[in-house]
Amino acid sequence: MQRLTAESVTLGYDQRVIAENLSVEIPDNSFTVIVGPNACGKSTLLRALSRMLKPSEGRVLLDGQTIHSMPAKKVAKTLGLLPQSSIAPDGITVADLVARGRYPHQGLLRQWSPEDERIVQESMAATGVGALADRYVDELSGGQRQRVWIAMALAQQTPLLLLDEPTTFLDIQHQLEVLDLCAELHETQGRTLVAVLHDLNQAARYATHLIALHEGKVVAEGAPSEVVTAELVERVFGVRSQVIADPESGTPLVVPVARKRAVTAASAVSSASAAPSAVKTL
Amino acid sequence: MKTSTKTSTKTSTKTLAKPLPEASPKSSTGSVRAVRTGGGLSVRVDPRAALVFLLLTGVAFAASVVLIGSGDFRIAPGDVVATLLGNGTAAHEFVVQELRLPRILVGLLVGASLALSGSIFQSLSRNPLGSPDVIGFGQGAAVGALGAIVLFQGTALAVAGGALVGGLVTGVAVYLLAWKRGVHGYRLVLVGIGVAAVLTAVNHYLLTKASLVDATRAVLWMTGSLDGRDWTQVWPLLAAFVLLVPVVAWYARPLRVLEMGDDAAYALGVPVERARLVMMAAGVLLMAAATAAAGPIAFVALSAPQLARRLTRSPGPGLAASAAMGAALLLVADWVAAVAFGDRQLPVGVVTAVLGGCYLLWLLVTERRAGRI
Amino acid sequence: MPDGVPAQPPVPRSRHVVRIAGLLASVVLLVLVCVASIAFGAKSMPLSDVWHGLFDSDGVGNDVIVREVRVPRTLLGLLAGAALGLAGAVMQALTRNPLAEPGLLGVNAGASAAVVSAISFLGVTSLTGYVWFAFLGAAVVSALVYVLGGSRAANPVRLALAGTAATAALYGYINAVQLLDSAALDKLRFWTVGSLASADMETIAKVAPFIGVGVVLALLLGRPLNALEMGDDTARALGANLGRTRVLSMVCVTLLCGAATAACGPIVFVGLMIPHLVRAITGPDMRWIMPYAAVLAPVLLLGADVIGRLVTRPAELQVGIVTALIGGPVFIQLVRRKRMAKL
Repeated sequence: MQRLTAESVTLGYDQRVIAENLSVEIPDNSFTVIVGPNACGKSTLLRALSRMLKPSEGRVLLDGQTIHSMPAKKVAKTLGLLPQSSIAPDGITVADLVARGRYPHQGLLRQWSPEDERIVQESMAATGVGALADRYVDELSGGQRQRVWIAMALAQQTPLLLLDEPTTFLDIQHQLEVLDLCAELHETQGRTLVAVLHDLNQAARYATHLIALHEGKVVAEGAPSEVVTAELVERVFGVRSQVIADPESGTPLVVPVARKRAVTAASAVSSASAAPSAVKTL
Repeated sequence: MKTSTKTSTKTSTKTLAKPLPEASPKSSTGSVRAVRTGGGLSVRVDPRAALVFLLLTGVAFAASVVLIGSGDFRIAPGDVVATLLGNGTAAHEFVVQELRLPRILVGLLVGASLALSGSIFQSLSRNPLGSPDVIGFGQGAAVGALGAIVLFQGTALAVAGGALVGGLVTGVAVYLLAWKRGVHGYRLVLVGIGVAAVLTAVNHYLLTKASLVDATRAVLWMTGSLDGRDWTQVWPLLAAFVLLVPVVAWYARPLRVLEMGDDAAYALGVPVERARLVMMAAGVLLMAAATAAAGPIAFVALSAPQLARRLTRSPGPGLAASAAMGAALLLVADWVAAVAFGDRQLPVGVVTAVLGGCYLLWLLVTERRAGRI
Repeated sequence: MPDGVPAQPPVPRSRHVVRIAGLLASVVLLVLVCVASIAFGAKSMPLSDVWHGLFDSDGVGNDVIVREVRVPRTLLGLLAGAALGLAGAVMQALTRNPLAEPGLLGVNAGASAAVVSAISFLGVTSLTGYVWFAFLGAAVVSALVYVLGGSRAANPVRLALAGTAATAALYGYINAVQLLDSAALDKLRFWTVGSLASADMETIAKVAPFIGVGVVLALLLGRPLNALEMGDDTARALGANLGRTRVLSMVCVTLLCGAATAACGPIVFVGLMIPHLVRAITGPDMRWIMPYAAVLAPVLLLGADVIGRLVTRPAELQVGIVTALIGGPVFIQLVRRKRMAKL
């Protein structure tokens, strides 16, 4: 039994059902990435896992307990979330914002312990925003701001951390920075990370566990090297492609079929499959 | 002065000078200092905010002394303080205790309550303009009070009761109307504005139904005034204040976290809807109690938290500094109203409205330039 | 279909027929409401008397009521209604804000502040004398709110707040003047409620030219506003002249709601409700929204006026109160339903 699971949940907003009878297990100590086309329910699933959306049927379990009936602070000590949209209050400094991540560990009479201080420092150091500590959040660039928010989520010191599209609105350099940071957190600190990502190739490169969603259903699940196939890409995204080995990391790399050669794609793929060293599968 | 040195010895011994960004390995949390005891107790103190709070309290006290001393029967400030401490002459004792002190106390409490209420609503709506006088509670209280004046020619007590009921009913109505899978800040503001427009029409209608005497009384009430306030206004207001302030203090930290958006607050373990409901209830009650005592005094709720925030330079409207600012602001405005127009004593609400209006224009321009509202 | 890309997407012929038929039906409805407005009032009279008063007046008895009270009142309702409806439609398109409304954006308070100043400081006493001041106040405040609300970057919340803030500030001033001068209070409290009751031909003649120009301008603005509604960049890409459209729209709104407010006092929510109602019938094409709004807004205003006259007979409920009571719930429903930016 894994720490965080969803048991046949039905998810939706008002009358609109997004996913029905969906079951997901997040492997402990994994870097799990949820992928899928727009409106497949990936963010909805993440919201349910982080107890922000209550399933109309089924339940989400955290350490064997129904997450929605647990006290908010108790959940917040185990499970952190980086929401897609957050608001930095006017005139708040980086250090103050990161410090707010300590909220679930504090009380009226224990507002700021030396431990809080230390963890805030460490979180800022881990995300490389230590030098920005006294800057105002409004003044930062998009990439810096995202790292500050991640630092805040880190300061929460939760073994489980959920990230909702952490790379949106970032340029390629900052996207990689954020993902490298996530991978590092997973490897060095042994935290369980769950992220929703748009880019299938980034997901394949960084994830240890991949969940592919399509129309509210789990289509494939497992290690990227086993899951990412041309067949899956076509089924989930409706895109014909070749899947080759990433020259850098050896993980699967999805190369969409070029438009002009679409007609001859079948022959190209069949000839490519004759060279199994480069192309994994059809 | 004594108290302020005490605070500085209490704060941690780290360097107080703000270090340059690149040389700031120690100060991880900006200007905020932690006060800790051996028993694992730790309380956060922002020295600047604490100083602002003390200064504003001082201003409010000074204004109180001046106001108590002025009037047809003048009393020197020294004598006022002596009388307040119980060492005054019998004549001074009577004038201060029976005539002038209650008015000042009402002013202090109303100012602090309005500012607290404004601070709460500005945090909840994440908007410097989302204060209770903008989103219909003032108008709701006015409907209750005007109903009591115009339809029943009610006593002062009935008017206060009407205002209280009107404010509370409006608060509940706005909350319920804005409810839709939770109450979102912006929806709350817009629903409040809609309700305010309807209630304003009702108020205008009630004014046309009144005799000229009642209409004058109604407009005077709607402007907000401290004239003729006595101990019967002080006690209920004080009771409400003493009951509600601990609740507000208890939820102050969740409120700070709520400013970062519902999702982030959820993730940090804040019971979002409950915190919002409790804070809204406290805010509406403070507003209604203040309005029942002195009428809907304009703009204190709106401007006090913002002014306090600019002085403390802290993110978001701080509660304690706001309350002190509200009390100081109201008494200073009352003093201005008493001296500025010669022998025509205007109600304090006129001064706060004009001052607040100018401040608001400035706020709109600067906030727009900063792209915030 | 001819070759080449048509400038406007082709609309099925049936849709045009439906729109024209709907417009005709609206005109019929308007005629009916006008008849009701002339026929019903505080004093009930047989329809024959109404007919007599209209076309064969002797200048005595019921004839006077019909000619001097009810006809001007109905005319003013027609003009003011059309003005408010069109002003609302233009304002919503200009600000891309489904909640834009002259009343909510501080125009009424501006007009009231100017009128109270006129009464108290300049000794203006006649209702027709108020008109110019109300006009001036409305114009200044609507421009101010538009600028403060962030002009082109305005979002619904920002604009509504700027309007509310301006209103609150101006009411502080109004209350102060009223307290110092109870004569002003006595006059103003009847004006601020928004009513058609004091209509007379002189006032109508004063405001009619402004409303006439405003109506023509609004009808002409339909096409450029269509482009503007899709966002500045798209509009520019489509070749619309943004600056000119914006300035003309502001002029149009000021003319229309300044004149309407000057003549009847502040009336809220008509300009808000009508465009939404119309949009449900016509779809988002401003070229159709404008004429519909010009016809249906007077239906609403006169209908509300007739209701106000009938429910508390022989006293009457001012039309401004009736529209606020109808419009408030509509506004709140819109806020709850619409998926507006930042909502």
